[in-house]
Amino acid sequence: MSNPFANFVIVGERTNVTGSAKFRKLIEADDYAGALVVARQQVDSGANVLDVNVDAAMIDGPAAMTRFLNLIASEPDIARIPLMIDSSKWEVIEAGLRCAQGKSIVNSISMKEGEERFLEQARKVRRYGAAAVVMAFDEQGQADTAQRKIEICTRAYRLLTDHGFPPEDIIFDPNIFAVATGIEEHADYAKAFFEATAYIRSELKHAHVSGGVSNVSFSFRGNDAVREAMHAVFLYHAIRAGMDMGIVNAGSLTLYDDVEPELRERVEDVLLNRRSDATERLLEFAEQVKGGAKKKDTAKDLAWRERPVRERLSHALVHGLNEFIVADTEEARLQAERPLHVIEGPLMDGMGIVGDLFGAGKMFLPQVVKSARVMKQAVAHLIPYMEEEKERTGLAGKSNGRIVMATVKGDVHDIGKNIVGVVLQCNGYEIDDLGVMVACDKILDRAAEIGADAIGLSGLITPSLDEMVFVASEMQRRGMKLPLLIGGATTSRTHTAVKIAPAYKGPTIYVPDASKAVPVVQKLLGADREALIAEVKADQVTARESYLAGQDKRPRLPLAEARARAPKLEFKPVKPSFLGVRSFTDYQLDELVPYIDWTPFFAAWELAGRFPAILEDDIVGEAARNLYKDAQAMLAQLVAEKWVRASGVVGFWPANADGDDIVLWTPDRRREKARLHTLRQQMDKGQGKHNFALADFVAAAGTEDYVGAFAVTAGLGEAEVAARFKRANDDYAAILAQALCDRLAEAFAEALHAKVRRELWGYAAEETLSHEELIAEKYRGIRPAPGYPAQPDHTEKRTLFDLLDARDRCGMDLTESLAMTPPSSVSGLYFAHPRAEYFGVGRIDRDQVQDYAHRKGWSVAEAERWLAPILAYDPVLKVSV
Amino acid sequence: MTRERRLAALNAELNRRILILDGSMGAYLQDFGLDVNDFHGERFAEHPMSLKGDNDLLVLTQPQIITQVHEGYLAAGADIVSTNTFNATRISQAEYALEDVVYEINVEAARLARAACDAFEAKDKRPRAVAGALGPTTKLLSMSPEVGDPGRRDVDFVTMAKGYEEQALGLIEGGADLLLIETITDTLNAKSALWGAWEAFDKTGIELPLWISGTITDRSGRTLSGQTVEAFYNSVRHANPWAVGLNCALGPAEMRAFLADLARVAECPVSAYPNAGLPNAMGGYDETPHSMETHYSEWARAGLLNIAGGCCGTTPEHVEHMKHAVEGVAPRVAPARDVRMRLAGLEPFNAVA
Repeated sequence: MSNPFANFVIVGERTNVTGSAKFRKLIEADDYAGALVVARQQVDSGANVLDVNVDAAMIDGPAAMTRFLNLIASEPDIARIPLMIDSSKWEVIEAGLRCAQGKSIVNSISMKEGEERFLEQARKVRRYGAAAVVMAFDEQGQADTAQRKIEICTRAYRLLTDHGFPPEDIIFDPNIFAVATGIEEHADYAKAFFEATAYIRSELKHAHVSGGVSNVSFSFRGNDAVREAMHAVFLYHAIRAGMDMGIVNAGSLTLYDDVEPELRERVEDVLLNRRSDATERLLEFAEQVKGGAKKKDTAKDLAWRERPVRERLSHALVHGLNEFIVADTEEARLQAERPLHVIEGPLMDGMGIVGDLFGAGKMFLPQVVKSARVMKQAVAHLIPYMEEEKERTGLAGKSNGRIVMATVKGDVHDIGKNIVGVVLQCNGYEIDDLGVMVACDKILDRAAEIGADAIGLSGLITPSLDEMVFVASEMQRRGMKLPLLIGGATTSRTHTAVKIAPAYKGPTIYVPDASKAVPVVQKLLGADREALIAEVKADQVTARESYLAGQDKRPRLPLAEARARAPKLEFKPVKPSFLGVRSFTDYQLDELVPYIDWTPFFAAWELAGRFPAILEDDIVGEAARNLYKDAQAMLAQLVAEKWVRASGVVGFWPANADGDDIVLWTPDRRREKARLHTLRQQMDKGQGKHNFALADFVAAAGTEDYVGAFAVTAGLGEAEVAARFKRANDDYAAILAQALCDRLAEAFAEALHAKVRRELWGYAAEETLSHEELIAEKYRGIRPAPGYPAQPDHTEKRTLFDLLDARDRCGMDLTESLAMTPPSSVSGLYFAHPRAEYFGVGRIDRDQVQDYAHRKGWSVAEAERWLAPILAYDPVLKVSV
Repeated sequence: MTRERRLAALNAELNRRILILDGSMGAYLQDFGLDVNDFHGERFAEHPMSLKGDNDLLVLTQPQIITQVHEGYLAAGADIVSTNTFNATRISQAEYALEDVVYEINVEAARLARAACDAFEAKDKRPRAVAGALGPTTKLLSMSPEVGDPGRRDVDFVTMAKGYEEQALGLIEGGADLLLIETITDTLNAKSALWGAWEAFDKTGIELPLWISGTITDRSGRTLSGQTVEAFYNSVRHANPWAVGLNCALGPAEMRAFLADLARVAECPVSAYPNAGLPNAMGGYDETPHSMETHYSEWARAGLLNIAGGCCGTTPEHVEHMKHAVEGVAPRVAPARDVRMRLAGLEPFNAVA
């Protein structure tokens, strides 16, 4: 069993008045807005299906069901998932079915009122287009023994399928009843459920098994610790028996392995009815944990240290604890025949658990990377012994495969690549990471030299996309056959299918994130290789087709018309406090900390959600809290010990718009000092709407206007810090440090912008905004960066860097693809006009490309290369795409 | 030919080649330049409100024109013609205060189409089928008519199903061979149409094949009520449709990707009858018979098609060209029946088998 939850359908239970007092009160109070919030929480916390039940004494069932489902229909983020229409009254179910356009599940029908009524309801369910939960319930009552459950379900299955009901739309609920009630007949209830489930799933073809799990722990109401443990252990056994759907609280599923062993054993005794005093023993235990019901902090609880070394290693890996790892690894090595056996045995087993939990969405990236740190440190301890053995005996270890990874030439971003590398390493792949800005030849030579099984390319900025196409075409030219994996922020399924894959005949596979990397590589380097390649190729054909069919073919406005629709702004320029350039060397790091926007920090770790709400999130909250705690600790140290330095530079110049260009003057306004080029939106937004270019925010000649620019970095020393951690086999800390520097650079840009508005330019001297308002950019003026939507041309950074003298003043530089170094750097322009706003240029037509090429002194081909991502036409085919 | 023999012959053809459905009724009728009196005819001369634009009523007031349209498409090579009943439900005809003649319109519409088909069948003995058309009506079951009151509905499932039942009974009596639930903008409307059809089958003891055609309203790839193509399919799959397809709203170029989505999942024949392009600035359609032909030819060769036809803006000339485009190309082969539970909200959710 590799992944216990992968095929399990989670039915969100909180929109059920019989299970949630909160939801019942909302419906009773007619507070449907509040009820929708509960529904949305269920969807957000990962429910696959939404259970809706309004059965309560004071509620008009059909009316409430109708109203609630009609309201859900107008909330696309809730209506996204199928409904389970749940009621013990047929008229409520029917009212619900009449409001559901999708294919829902009815919960439930049964033979309790005889075959005729059962078949009549089944016929209607089918005509309404729903699947049905069928209770193990007949004229005699609910089935409690395994035999009765099997008997009733088999009879219902025959009846339904004989009358044309599709077997795959039958979901049996063989009744989950409370155990440990003190009544002897109840002792076998859980076991009976497991047995019936196993029978149904093997004998009644295509039918499913579901149930309301929380019933089983009914006798422990008020003792959540025991209840959660019972649910975890029950689900573990039920899923193994074949249960594939459950009505559960999606946000609070505990893992079988995380249940405290003594408690787990006592729960298991009860569920499997293993000893006559099982209930007493569980009650006894329940008394102890009551009061102290809070789960113990795993990091502080050292009980696991008492267990055998194999389990200790596994525990340390799953929980990311490295305190004892060297000692434990050494103990395991002394017991093992060969040091390699420690890796192949307990360590890989532990990482296998981590992989399964990650795959099942039970662990999140920061936790996995911490596990990897423990793994690396354990392996590092073993390597000298393995080398010594190799010298002695010639025996070598084996790996699952070798992968060469690199961030392509011209690009310096590697946080994502490092994460993918670490995750793959945990799964037994040898990763040869060539680092950043790696030339094509170097990547391919290295792959050939070590006989790599695959190459992984990463990149963050748009010019890297071209470089990846180049690498692919070089692989083709060299006649290589090995798979090419593509990842990174600007890459996409479509780009890979449309541009990269056609350049290379070998398998070219887009990997959207770290969690997808492992399954893709496992298939690719395993038995499923051909199937995966076929699947990817088919998907790429589809992606190409929909790219060609789905392109935005709306005509662009002719450039002259777009220019005619430029906004006509009034200008009352404010003169900056100085003209020319001013440096901010070794900026105080602690002054930047309040400006940090944490939301993107969590996104870098693939934790989705806004800060600070993410810390309380049902699913990722715990992972986010731990990550945040580690980040805060490192940030404090980083600032106090000055691991990195932050430097920046700001400049202001007299300026005037000249068409879509902006001319910067010498202070006396006599000579042109530099010329900024901007691009104009060409989409047809309709008459009366504006087509923007950044030049619109600057006054034309005749008015004395100004433009500013800045470049900041918080990454001076970052590479050394990361390298130091990597040498200590602590990729977690290395990635954490990089992600923090990245945030500090953004915070620096934000802090400096505030200073510019209030003092240096001073056009908003009175501004007082909270941290949240700053992040929401509620201030006057903008600071757009070249390479971003308002000016997608990266080459404008060259002008910016020259103007600011950024290389000498703050140690920053540009690569040939115009990525900034150090990676944690930000640059941009300042516009002060009150109406200045961020916008996206969108796709542009050939007339503007020609015009722009002329203004930049480029050939059209050169312009098409730099502007490739925003062309509204295919420069090769010369047709609009 | 009896209905059973005709359907058997039609199904045999369906296995062998791509069938041709007719094109637009509206585009053709426009050429006749009908005025308000033509719509009223003698029978409704005294009707208290203007009936201009009630195309469905023409089966009673100008039957010879409707017959001429059907004949035009049959001559162009159509295997199936659809009845002129797009708005012939109680709910839609309420706008003209003509609820009382709804049943009659459906009976007559089916009769006219059947008579035209019979004449062509008699000549060459090949089957020509009448698809009784059930349109989306003027109201929606899944969406509020008022933004400020999202829970509101102007009509309920039972009322709408009753309306469809009446329409289906009329079409069956008039001799329709198939029921075509088409231009589905809201899947819940379609589900009520299916319910009405089954009620009609129960009452008459006659069960017609069900053909279900949804409408993707724009490039977002969703129906007006928000479903993706696969979610839509999952939601009507319980009807064991004779065919499913897409029609209207989009031209062939825009429809291609969504048709491919449907062709991948549908376990039955797939039909497509797009508009002649997107409406241009003048409200007309720009795809010519020749340009449409290119698309159909490519679809057929890509294995996406079992039935081809045209919606708004298409004419007999378009049909002639599409017939030419798909001639000799093998029809799409449907995937084996899926044994997974295929659920849907606005998006599909397929449980593992």
